[in-house]
Amino acid sequence: MTVLVDKNSKIIIQGFTGKMGSFHADEMIKYGSNVVGGVTPGKGGSKHLDLPVFNTVKDAVNETGADASILFVPPAFAADSAMEAADAGIKICVAIVDGIPSHDMIRIKRYMRRYTKSSKMTLVGPNCAGIISPGKSMLGIMPGHIYKEGRVGIISRSGTLGYEAAQQLKNLNIGVSTSVGIGGDPINGSSFRDIIEKFETDEETDAILMIGEIGGPQEVAAGEFAKENMKKPVIAYIAGLTAPKGRVMGHAGAIVSAYGESAIEKVEILKECGITISKNPSVMGDTVKSVLEKM
Amino acid sequence: MDIHEYQAKKILSNFGVTIPRGGIVYSPENAENKAREIGGSRWVVKAQIHSGARGKAGGIIVCNTPLEVAQATDKLLGKKLVTNQTGPEGKIVNRIYIEEATDIEKELYLGLVFDRSSESIMVVASTEGGMSVEEISKEKPETIIRSKIEVAVGMQNFQARELAFGLGIEPDLIRRASDTIIGCYKAFSELDATMVEVNPLVISKQKQILALDCKMSFDNNAMFRRSQVSELRDKTQEDSKEIFASDRGLNYVSLDGNIGNIINGAGLAMASMDMIKLAGGAPANFLDVGGGATPEKIVKAFKLVTMDEKVKVILVNIFAGINRCDWVAEGIVDALKKIEIKVPLVIRLAGTNVEKGNKILKESKINYIEANTLEDAANKAVAALNK
Repeated sequence: MTVLVDKNSKIIIQGFTGKMGSFHADEMIKYGSNVVGGVTPGKGGSKHLDLPVFNTVKDAVNETGADASILFVPPAFAADSAMEAADAGIKICVAIVDGIPSHDMIRIKRYMRRYTKSSKMTLVGPNCAGIISPGKSMLGIMPGHIYKEGRVGIISRSGTLGYEAAQQLKNLNIGVSTSVGIGGDPINGSSFRDIIEKFETDEETDAILMIGEIGGPQEVAAGEFAKENMKKPVIAYIAGLTAPKGRVMGHAGAIVSAYGESAIEKVEILKECGITISKNPSVMGDTVKSVLEKM
Repeated sequence: MDIHEYQAKKILSNFGVTIPRGGIVYSPENAENKAREIGGSRWVVKAQIHSGARGKAGGIIVCNTPLEVAQATDKLLGKKLVTNQTGPEGKIVNRIYIEEATDIEKELYLGLVFDRSSESIMVVASTEGGMSVEEISKEKPETIIRSKIEVAVGMQNFQARELAFGLGIEPDLIRRASDTIIGCYKAFSELDATMVEVNPLVISKQKQILALDCKMSFDNNAMFRRSQVSELRDKTQEDSKEIFASDRGLNYVSLDGNIGNIINGAGLAMASMDMIKLAGGAPANFLDVGGGATPEKIVKAFKLVTMDEKVKVILVNIFAGINRCDWVAEGIVDALKKIEIKVPLVIRLAGTNVEKGNKILKESKINYIEANTLEDAANKAVAALNK
C-alpha cells in the first residue's frame, strides 16, 4: 500500500546500533527494504552495517531524504523518539517497542495535533510487528517469507496471530497487499479505523481481514466506519472468547472493562455492521476465500 | 499494579484530599493502642486486601471500644477473605487499617479512568456512592455524570465545579469538593495511574468532604520512573504462579481448566484458548512466552505450567518467525531434559523452518503428539485428555 510503504520508501532505524536495531535492520535489508541509515545520538558520522549513522532524525532526513522510520529504542525513551520523527518530517513511523507507558502515548498523540492532516506522520504501534507490503518493502519484524504477494489487506493487534493468518492465506494460494500490525497496547498510534480507511482507497487491496481481540472500542469503531463508508468487504476474527472479565491477557490493552469489549459482544456488533465473521482462528483463511469467491 | 486502600488514601491526602484519621497495624496489641491514639468513640477496622466488596465478606467491622478494635483485628488478621472479586481461593489479610468512624450524611461516587475512545482521562461521578460503578450504571444510569479532561492542559477549575454542582453539593462546600476532584486528577496524571476510585466519597454531618474508601491502580509499564509507587506492591495479594511468571518475563493468567498452554504472542494465545474451548476442553492458563519465544523462556514456561497440579495435558503452540522452528524445537528438547513431564504433550510448530523443527523433535525421542494446525492441536489436546 503506497500510502504506508513501498519500494521507494526510504527507511531509517531509530536505535540503529543496538542489538535489536542491528538485527532487524539486517533482516529488512535482506528482504529488500530500502534502508538508508539510522539514528543513534552520539554516534553520528560513523558507519553501521555499511550505512551512515546520524545523531538526530533531522540530520538523517536532510542527508538521506528518509520518509519512514522504525523505532527500536527502549520504552522509557520511545515517546521522545516518536515525537522527534514526527518533527523531522518522517511520514510513517513504526514503533516496535513493548512497554511504553500509556500516559506517554497520550502525550505523543497530543503533540502530533500541531501538524495539519497532510503533514502529520502516521504512527503505527507500539508493541506491534510492523508493516509489510509483500515483494515491496518490510518495515517490521515479521518473517517476510510467509507473506505471498496479493490483494488482501490484513490488520491485526497481535503479531503472531497476524502471521497465522498470512500463513493460512498462503496455504490457500491467496496473497496479501499489505499487512499492518497496530499493536496490543490500550492507546496506539493508528487504530483499526485509521488503517481500514487507508485500505478502502488502496488500489492494490480488494478485501480486508481485521484480527481483533477483547478490550477497547476500536474494532467496533472500525465496524461502524465500514458500515457507513466502505465498499470493500471486511472479514473479522476476534480473539478471546474464553478470556475472563477484568483480567489483562498479555497485551496491556486486552482487558474487558465495559460493554461491547468482550469477544462475543464485538462479534455481534460487527455482524450488525455487515462484516463477515471468521468463527474461529483456524478458518480465517477459508473465510477470506469464501468472501473473495463471491466477489 | 494494584495497591491497598490505606496506601491509596495516603497518596490522595498528599494531593489535598481529606481522609478520616487512621493508621495501619499488624497485630491486635498495636490495634488497641492505635485506636486510642486516633481518639474518638467509634472506629472502623478494615481488612487490607486487593479487592473491593470487603464489607459483604465480613472484612469491615465497626467497633465501640479500643478492646473491640483489638478483638476485630485479631479476628481478621491471617484470615482469607473471599469476595466476589477474589475468586474462590480468596486473599490473605496481613494488614489492618484502623480508622475513626465517620458520621455520614451523603455518599457519592468518584472515579477516574483512561477513556480509550477519546484517549483522554475520564472523570465519572454519581450521587449513588457505596454501590459499585457497574451497579450504578445498571440501576441508576441517570445519576452518572462524566467529564473528559484534556491531558495536555490538565483539569480546569470549571470542570471540577461542574461535576461538584452536578452532584448536588451545597454551595458552601463546592470549593472543597472541587479541590478534592482536582486532587484525584493530579494523583492520576502525575503518578502514571490507570484508575483512581473514591467510593464512597462522603459528606459528613460535620460538613467535611472525605474519601472513605479508595482504590488506585498503576501502569506497570511506567514503574521504571515511579519507584515510590512500585515499592507499594504487596506480593502476598498476587497469585504465586503469576508472580513467578512476571519475574521471568512471561505473561501468565491462571484459569480453571486442565489443558496447560505454552504459546508465543498474546493474540495467538487467546486464539488457542478459543480453539481448546471449541474442541470441548478448557484451558488451565493463558501463557504468552513473547513473540520471540527464546529457548530460555520456553524452559521457564515448562517449569511454570508443570507447577500447576490441575494440568492434565500440555499444549505447545509456537508460530516461529525470526526465531526459526529448529531453534524453538531445540529449546523444547532442552527443556524436557531438565523438566520431567508426566502428562501428554501436544506440540504444534508453524512458520520459519517448520520441517526442520519437526524433524528435531521426532529424532529427539521425546514423547509427544505432533499437530499441524491450530485446530489439529486443540483437538489432539482434548483427545489426549479423554484417554
